[in-house]
Amino acid sequence: MDLQGFGHLLISGTWVTIQLALASLVVGLVFGLSGAAAKLSKNRFARWLATGYTTLVRGLPELLLVLTIYFGGSQLLMWIASSFGYDDYIEIGPFVAGVAALSIAFGAYATEVFRMAMMEIPDGQWESGLACGMSTRRTFFRIILPQVWRLAIPGLGNLFQVLLKDTALVSVVGLNDIMRQSQVAISATKEPFTFFMVAACIYLLLTAATTGFTMFMERLANPAARESRR
Amino acid sequence: MTWEWDVIWQYFPRLLEGAWLTMELVLVSGLIGITIAIPLSLMRASKLPWVRVFPFIYIYFFRGTPLLVQIFLVYYGASQFDAVRYSIFWPILKQPYWCAIIAFSLNTAAYSAELFRSAIQAIPTGEIEAAEAMGMSKSVQVTRIIIPRAFGIALPAYGNEVILMLKGSALASTITLLDLTGMARTIIARTYTPLEMFLAAGMVYLAISAVIIALFRFMEYRFNRYQYYHHTDMPKNLDPLLRDPHIDQK
Repeated sequence: MDLQGFGHLLISGTWVTIQLALASLVVGLVFGLSGAAAKLSKNRFARWLATGYTTLVRGLPELLLVLTIYFGGSQLLMWIASSFGYDDYIEIGPFVAGVAALSIAFGAYATEVFRMAMMEIPDGQWESGLACGMSTRRTFFRIILPQVWRLAIPGLGNLFQVLLKDTALVSVVGLNDIMRQSQVAISATKEPFTFFMVAACIYLLLTAATTGFTMFMERLANPAARESRR
Repeated sequence: MTWEWDVIWQYFPRLLEGAWLTMELVLVSGLIGITIAIPLSLMRASKLPWVRVFPFIYIYFFRGTPLLVQIFLVYYGASQFDAVRYSIFWPILKQPYWCAIIAFSLNTAAYSAELFRSAIQAIPTGEIEAAEAMGMSKSVQVTRIIIPRAFGIALPAYGNEVILMLKGSALASTITLLDLTGMARTIIARTYTPLEMFLAAGMVYLAISAVIIALFRFMEYRFNRYQYYHHTDMPKNLDPLLRDPHIDQK
C-alpha cells in the first residue's frame, strides 16, 4: 500500500487519539465511581441526581454531546464565570471538549458497571472489615474497592472499546486525530478508500490491544484465580 | 447569557422533520440489518470452522472500527474506484441517504449477529433434541424452533442495540443528511443559538428512545409470554367434558 508520505501524519493522529482516549478514561472513571456512590447512597437527592445523569446521557447521541460542549460550552462556562465576577472570554478547544463529552458519556455507563459490581459484594465483607476495627472509609478502600475493581474490569474494558471508537467523533469539531489526519491526506491524494481503510486498520489494532490489556488487567486484579491455575 | 425560548418554538417543526428522517434511518437500516444478521449468526454458530471464518472477520471488522470510518468508507471511499463509478450501483452510492443506510445496516448487522449467536447458543439443548426427536429436518428446526426462540432470548439485548443505533444515526449529519442532529446544526448556523437548539434536539432524542424502550417492553411481553404466564383454575361449574384432567384436578 502506498501512503505517499502521509504515514507520519497518521501516526501523529494515532497519538492524539490515544491521548484523548486515556484522558477521557481517567476522568470518566471518576464520574463513574462518584455516580455509583451517589446511586447507592442514602441521600435521596444524590440518588435522584445520579439517576437523572445516567438516564439523560445514555439516551443522547455522543455526537450531540461533543457538538453541544464544543459550540455551547464556552457560552455556558462564561455565564457561570460571570456570576463569580470573571468576565474574560473563555474558549474551549476541541481536545478539552472531546475529553468532557466522552468522559461524561463513559461515566454514565461506568456508573451502572460500578453499581452492579458494588452490589455483588456480600454484606459480610463490610461487616468483617468493621469487625476487624477498620473505619468505614478504610474498609471501603482496603476491602471493598479491590473486589469491586475485579468485578468491574470486564465491563469497563468493553466500555473503553466503545470510548476508543467514539474518539473518532471529536474529529468533527476539528481535533487532529486519526480521522482528521486521514481526511487531510485524502484532500491531497484523492484516495479516500485507501486512507479510510488504513484508519480503520489502526482503530482495529488499537481495539485489539485494548482487548489484550483488559485480559491482562483481569489476571492482575484476580490473584486467587491466577494462583489456583498453577 | 440570554436564553431564547422563541427560537426553539419557531424552529421546532423543522427539528421534527429531522426527527422523522432519523426514525426512518433507524427503521430501514434496522430491518436490513436483521436480514443480514440472521444468516450471519447461523453461520457464526456453525460447527464447521470454514463456515465460521467469514462471519468472524466481518463481525470483528465492524465491531472494532468506529461507525464514522464505516460511513466515510461507503460515502467517500466508493468513489475512488472507476469500476464503482461507472457501474449500475452509482446512482445509489452517490446519494448520502443510501450510503448512510448501507453503513448503518452493515454495522448493526455485525452487532446483532453477535447477539443472535449468543442467543442461539443459549437455547436449551433439550429443545433442539426434542425437535430432532419429532423428526424435524434441519431447515424446519431453524425456521420453527431456533429463530423464534433465539429472537425471544435476544429481544432485551436487541432493544439496547436499537437505542445504540438511534444514537449512531446522528452521524448521518456528517455526510450532509438533515437528520435531527443535522437539522439542529443547520438551524444553529442560521441563528447561533447552540445551547438552545442542541437541548431541544436532545429532548427529542430522549423522547424517541423512551418510545423505543416502551415498544420493546411490549414486544418482550408478547414474545416471551411463557415467562409471564400464570395458571388460573377453570371455573368449578364447567362442563366436565371441557376439563383437562392434566391441568386442574380439583
